Amino acid sequence: MADAELPMAVDGGYDWDGRWNHVRKFLERPGPFAHPDFEPCTESLQFLLEMCKILVIGAGGLGCELLKNLALSGFRLIHVVDMDTIDISNLNRQFLFRPKDVGRPKAEVAADFINNRIPGCKVVPHYKKIQDFDESFYRQFHIIVCGLDSIIARRWMNGMLISLLSYEDGVLDPSSIIPLIDGGTEGFKGNSRVILPGMTACIDCTLELYPPQINFPMCTIASMPRLPEHCIEYARILLWPKEKPFGETSLDGDNPEHIQWVFKKSIERAAEFHITGVTYRLTQGVVKRIIPAVASTNAVIAAACSLEVFKIASSAYIPLNNYLVFNDVDGLYTYTFEAERKENCSACSQVPQNLQFPPSAKLQEVLEYLMENASLQMKSPAITTTLEGKNKTLYLQSVKSIEERTKPNLCKTLTELGLSDGQELAVADVTTPQTVLFKLNFTT
Amino acid sequence: MATDKTSKEQKYDRQLRLWGDHGQDTLENAHVCLINATATGTEILKNLVLPGIGAFTIVDGHTVTGEDVGNNFFLTYNSIGKNRAQAATELLQELNSHVSGNFVEESPEKLLDNNPDFFHRFTIVIAVQLPESTSLRLGSVLWSASIPFLVCKTYGLIGYMRLVVQEHTVIESHPDSALEDLRLDKPFAEFKNHLQSFDLESMNKKDHSHTPWIIIIAKYLEKWLSEHNYKPPQNYKEKEAFRQLIRDGIRKNENGVPEDEENFEEAIKNVNTALNQTKIPSAVEELFNSEQCNNINSESSSFWVMLRAVKDFVHSEGNRDLPVRGTIPDMIADSQKFINLQNVYRTKAMQDAAAVSTHVQRLLQSLGKPPDVIPDNDIKLFCKNASFLRVVRCRSLAEEYGVDSVNKDEITSCMDNPDSEMVFYLILRGVERFYQQHSRYPGVYNYQVEDDISKLKLCVNSVMQEYNLNVNIKDDYVHEFCRFGASEPHTVAAFIGGSAAQEAIKIISHQFVPFNNTFIYNAMLQTSATLQL
Repeated sequence: MADAELPMAVDGGYDWDGRWNHVRKFLERPGPFAHPDFEPCTESLQFLLEMCKILVIGAGGLGCELLKNLALSGFRLIHVVDMDTIDISNLNRQFLFRPKDVGRPKAEVAADFINNRIPGCKVVPHYKKIQDFDESFYRQFHIIVCGLDSIIARRWMNGMLISLLSYEDGVLDPSSIIPLIDGGTEGFKGNSRVILPGMTACIDCTLELYPPQINFPMCTIASMPRLPEHCIEYARILLWPKEKPFGETSLDGDNPEHIQWVFKKSIERAAEFHITGVTYRLTQGVVKRIIPAVASTNAVIAAACSLEVFKIASSAYIPLNNYLVFNDVDGLYTYTFEAERKENCSACSQVPQNLQFPPSAKLQEVLEYLMENASLQMKSPAITTTLEGKNKTLYLQSVKSIEERTKPNLCKTLTELGLSDGQELAVADVTTPQTVLFKLNFTT
Repeated sequence: MATDKTSKEQKYDRQLRLWGDHGQDTLENAHVCLINATATGTEILKNLVLPGIGAFTIVDGHTVTGEDVGNNFFLTYNSIGKNRAQAATELLQELNSHVSGNFVEESPEKLLDNNPDFFHRFTIVIAVQLPESTSLRLGSVLWSASIPFLVCKTYGLIGYMRLVVQEHTVIESHPDSALEDLRLDKPFAEFKNHLQSFDLESMNKKDHSHTPWIIIIAKYLEKWLSEHNYKPPQNYKEKEAFRQLIRDGIRKNENGVPEDEENFEEAIKNVNTALNQTKIPSAVEELFNSEQCNNINSESSSFWVMLRAVKDFVHSEGNRDLPVRGTIPDMIADSQKFINLQNVYRTKAMQDAAAVSTHVQRLLQSLGKPPDVIPDNDIKLFCKNASFLRVVRCRSLAEEYGVDSVNKDEITSCMDNPDSEMVFYLILRGVERFYQQHSRYPGVYNYQVEDDISKLKLCVNSVMQEYNLNVNIKDDYVHEFCRFGASEPHTVAAFIGGSAAQEAIKIISHQFVPFNNTFIYNAMLQTSATLQL
């Protein structure tokens, strides 16, 4: 789809007459609702076009919309990170992809499409996980906007930006703050929030807004199924590891043969208990934990997020303060409120985290607390400490050899492990790029 | 090799989980008309083409300018000088090969002059950035033809949508939270029968701790009623006593310590909602009392025939209650007890639906219509959703704009708060007045902004005077609207694009509930409001 020769504007960019008229009105005119710092001038547009660097995390339902919105708002220096490849089920909303792109990396296809459609826009793709980058990568951006589908990834990103903050004599240096705009959608619901790390509520401050995912109890799945979902989980969790239908391969939700197998076994299980309702679609939904999605909700939430990026980059308006909730099941409903910082937030408060346990408590209890506490919700915490001047791993799950070596520690009491009152424990977890320090307080 | 049907199912999987195959069918049979392929228009259409509407037709007489290309993803530099409908159709069509795209290089005003019937072929007409006079003319044509009309506008950082539909019926409203239909206050015969097969005292330990809480509450309710003159627990004190009665029923081990019986805990937790009175929701009663329900004739849609049948059921077999819904929530129980209980409700629901069906047949016969006009599955779906039926009726544009029919109350009560989103609606009306008087919009060019503020204020005030409205419109807002300069920033267009598309999908599919009737989005504060004008 080659375009005709574009006229070069005086500054050598790809512009034509009137191109940025819609945007200019907000950059070059004063107004009663502009941010107090706002100074209308023609240079603002140049800043957006040539200098402002934005990072978009995710090139999926929200990411495609974000890239389009930013490009049409004047942003040209955009990076996009996404670790996924394109699936056919993405095509109902991720409009930068076509059937021929299935299997290709989302970030790359998205960048190509935008750069082709919007002359002058230079989207740089990264077919990587966010964890593949360190501070030096993230530090280069003026604003970061997330369109993620995972709370763990959000928390990691949140933690990364918090780790970039610098304090001088206990005072936060504002130039070390990188604003984070975060969007999320599910069916007809969505939310958009503005986070100024170190200043406003962060992801972990409001962790209770994301209730933990509920799984069915094992005894129901194993011996007392009542719903078709129970039958599907039986096939997935119990039959697959037992019968190993495809050898040592683990169940891949994207493999139709695997789903077909689970489906068949689920039907058999359901028949045994006279349960109706097992369908292929339901099977796939349960195995892959599918969340329904449509183009419209993603469009709305990405629009709100992109507008906030524009407001912050241009100071044209005071940004959203700080959380927007949207739901269009019955009419259209929005609710805007200011999420508050948590005084002792484990991510951003710099307040040392306390662990209160009796010395006779087992390490297992500490582990469970780290995972189940609503404000922490860690996934597989690794606990280390310093004993007699040496670093000691108390428990680590992610490396098999270390897991086997440290597993017996779970049954030992804190005193048996040599820990004392006031001991500092360093905890690492996927939910944060930095270790969290806890102080052990012995209770009687 | 995947067939077309399979690849569509895969492509649309994520949305089929929201509106089902039958919902998707309505989309694929729909023909949407978009008037004006501005950024707002193409964004709306994009969100309809992606989920697979059958066809769209863009009506636009404008030629593409450089400014148009700047904020519109579906126009390129190459489009400049071309007709805007044609240019946008190409790039929208490219989004989904299952959709058929068409364009008409004509202004809607011309079509209204020469061929207003043109619009009769559409399932819904969506118009963006239309001048007021055209909206009113088109609104009148579509109202007479009973074609839903969605008017949208992006004006600076304000988004606006107005839905105009005479009567929109919704069977599947998919309420976010719905009370269960358990009938514990009025147990039906088959349930009472089933209840008799349980003897909580003599059950073994395993059965006792795996009996569904519905049975537990029903059993203890029977006990309570016999001891309290057949009056169920009324107030907090009595409900607490009832909960304690159940708690006392938890088996104890040999040391007198209560066993861990989760099903009993569930029963205790559910006492409040389980004791809710079974009654017909007031919204449904209103529908029963409406003209359309009482006056069934050959013009009546299936919705009203089925509603009348349900009403007749309520007054006969139903014993003043709606047909039983037939679903129960999951609960701690062994498979057999749960399935058996579930079947009791399901069977009753099927019976009730069959009774409603007989009423439907009777009504159809009296209208001289064949029975298969309303399939059994439709009747079953209707009965299952009987508590959640909704009918949306919007006022016409003529009523909104009429001096005698304007909704003064809504306007003045909202404007008690001068920062209410209503102020943006009022200024938009003033902006249209400005356009009528000056043949341009305020503040389009920088040099106009300052002077246009007072001009726009005059226009706003003249509109208020015509309607005899005494409201305070802050100068700052008038100033801001001049600053907007009739711009259409892409982000705001995209927000309206998503919102409007979803409302259009609701209209086409008759699932979920559309707004009624004016939606204002304030992108400056990221707030919104729905007004009934």
